[in-house]
Amino acid sequence: MRPIDTRIIRTIQETPSTRTFFFDVSFDDAQPGQFVMVWARGVDEVPMTLSYINAITVQKVGDCTSHIVALSEGDSLGIRGPLGNGFTMPEKDERILFVAGGVGSAPLAPLADRATSIGASVVSVLGARNSDELIFEERFSQAGEVYVTTDDGSSGRCGFVTDQLLDMDVAMFDHIYVCGPEIMMYKVFENLRDKQVHGRAEFSLHRYFKCGIGVCGACCMDPTGLRVCKDGPVFNGLQLESSEFGKYKRSACGQKISI
Amino acid sequence: MVNVTGLDLKNPTILAAGIMGTTGAAMIRMVKAGAGAVVTKSIGPEPKIGHSNPSMIQLDCGYINAMGLPNPSYADFVDEIRIVKEAVDVPVIASIFGGDATEFVQVAEGLGSADPDAFELNVSCPHADGYGATIGSDPALVEDITRTVRDAVDVPVWVKLTPNVTDIVDIGKAAQRGGADAVVAINTVRAMAIDVASGYPILGNRFGGLSGAAIRPIAVKCIYDLYQALDIPIIGVGGVSTWQDSVELIMAGASAVQIGSAVVDSPYVFRHVSNGIERYLDEKDHAGIEDIIGIAHEMI
Ligand SMILES: Cc1cc2nc3c(=O)[nH]c(=O)nc-3n(C[C@H](O)[C@H](O)[C@H](O)COP(=O)(O)O)c2cc1C
Repeated sequence: MRPIDTRIIRTIQETPSTRTFFFDVSFDDAQPGQFVMVWARGVDEVPMTLSYINAITVQKVGDCTSHIVALSEGDSLGIRGPLGNGFTMPEKDERILFVAGGVGSAPLAPLADRATSIGASVVSVLGARNSDELIFEERFSQAGEVYVTTDDGSSGRCGFVTDQLLDMDVAMFDHIYVCGPEIMMYKVFENLRDKQVHGRAEFSLHRYFKCGIGVCGACCMDPTGLRVCKDGPVFNGLQLESSEFGKYKRSACGQKISI
Repeated sequence: MVNVTGLDLKNPTILAAGIMGTTGAAMIRMVKAGAGAVVTKSIGPEPKIGHSNPSMIQLDCGYINAMGLPNPSYADFVDEIRIVKEAVDVPVIASIFGGDATEFVQVAEGLGSADPDAFELNVSCPHADGYGATIGSDPALVEDITRTVRDAVDVPVWVKLTPNVTDIVDIGKAAQRGGADAVVAINTVRAMAIDVASGYPILGNRFGGLSGAAIRPIAVKCIYDLYQALDIPIIGVGGVSTWQDSVELIMAGASAVQIGSAVVDSPYVFRHVSNGIERYLDEKDHAGIEDIIGIAHEMI
């Protein structure tokens, strides 16, 4: 598909470095966890997971995201998507655990909204560097119980999401959905694997995308060759066993970079 | 089994260069999905990040891309070839590029320790300044580079041609004179798409190359012409996604076919296409693919 011309109709400053952009186009058939390629014309194009059916939440990390974060109401972006595979949908009466780190709560929040609407039982663990960087807490609170951890203790428990997980019986959940920095996701993965419940967990991965549609191979995982853009970005924990996950990723030219 | 330039292909379908060829693991996956041989991403002398995104867009009629030859350099890629070679029993062909004959040889020798089964010279990428088609439109340069690499390595050398020239046959003949064991036709067709909402060219590089269904008729004609003029085998590529597509390229003169863009939906396209070719040959009582290579030339 060619990029769809979308206009920004509203923005919300979520944290000092993160903003949400609402569009005049709604991706109604998008599953939570699917992504869109966001083209800032004349700059670059980057993948973003939808944080609402008609919005993305962008953290300033590079040139393109810095450009996007500076846009305002009335500006437009070219968007291709939804692309890739989203999370497995929970069913009514299932027990769900969300584990999010920083802006990783953005892809999970639409799923939390969905869980609220179907009446699933939800527990969330939200981690952030500090209380300012905590986002979408209220959307998870509406879905169920929320535990917050911050690196500096400015909100909730001082420590990491994994500290909280150690105090919980993770085996009681039917689905565990995880998104955040890879190092954090890997710690969660190890924790769940130790308890042999990683097969119930799904992780939303980040890799450098070029084509974004599953042709070029730039985002393939070792050793399975699974394409993060097309076969992911959401993977089951069993698919990530003994893989590059948590160890390395590849740069734009294909060289390995340690996580 | 199909033999092309002395290589035993498990079947006539080959993974095309630049598709799922950046890592050993991805290529192993393509072999498991039925590829009879694999060609790597084009590898050069230095790490290259390629053009900015968007680098590939699906259009109604096919795809346009301008990746810009992203690659980690031969020094960092040699292990990926080793990984595939250890895991599979099909030929692994290293696609290489450089700015001149010396760079081509530097890359070929640099990858040599991983024992690639052949080299494919990329003198045909339409959107990398100073590389690819910039070289591949000049018969003298193509002949010189082919000969220099041919003399430096002891495995087959395939030369991949660009259709963005007045007469692809001139370039094919130059490759043959230089000692190429086969030519591969075609690389993508120069193309562009513009975003009508803004007027911006969509690709980060502004223009790029067309692939997929739209270019199959162009590939068929290029292969047809090359078959008439050359004595060396032709490997067909361009817009193949079904067995019928591949048989069309074979009837024009291709000894094997490469598949690129069509992996988009499923890597199993290799198995579907090769099973389809086999069924077709059976139904028509052909002994093998040789019976139909270039058959269109006899139908007058
Ligand atoms: C994303 C992409 C990357 C490519 N990269 C290369 C490359 O590195 N070297 C090369 O010789 N051809 C490259 N090509 C061209 C293909 O190998 C092939 O010749 C062309 O796409 C036509 O085949 P298709 O219609 O089956 O895709 C690339 C094509 C695409 C779509």
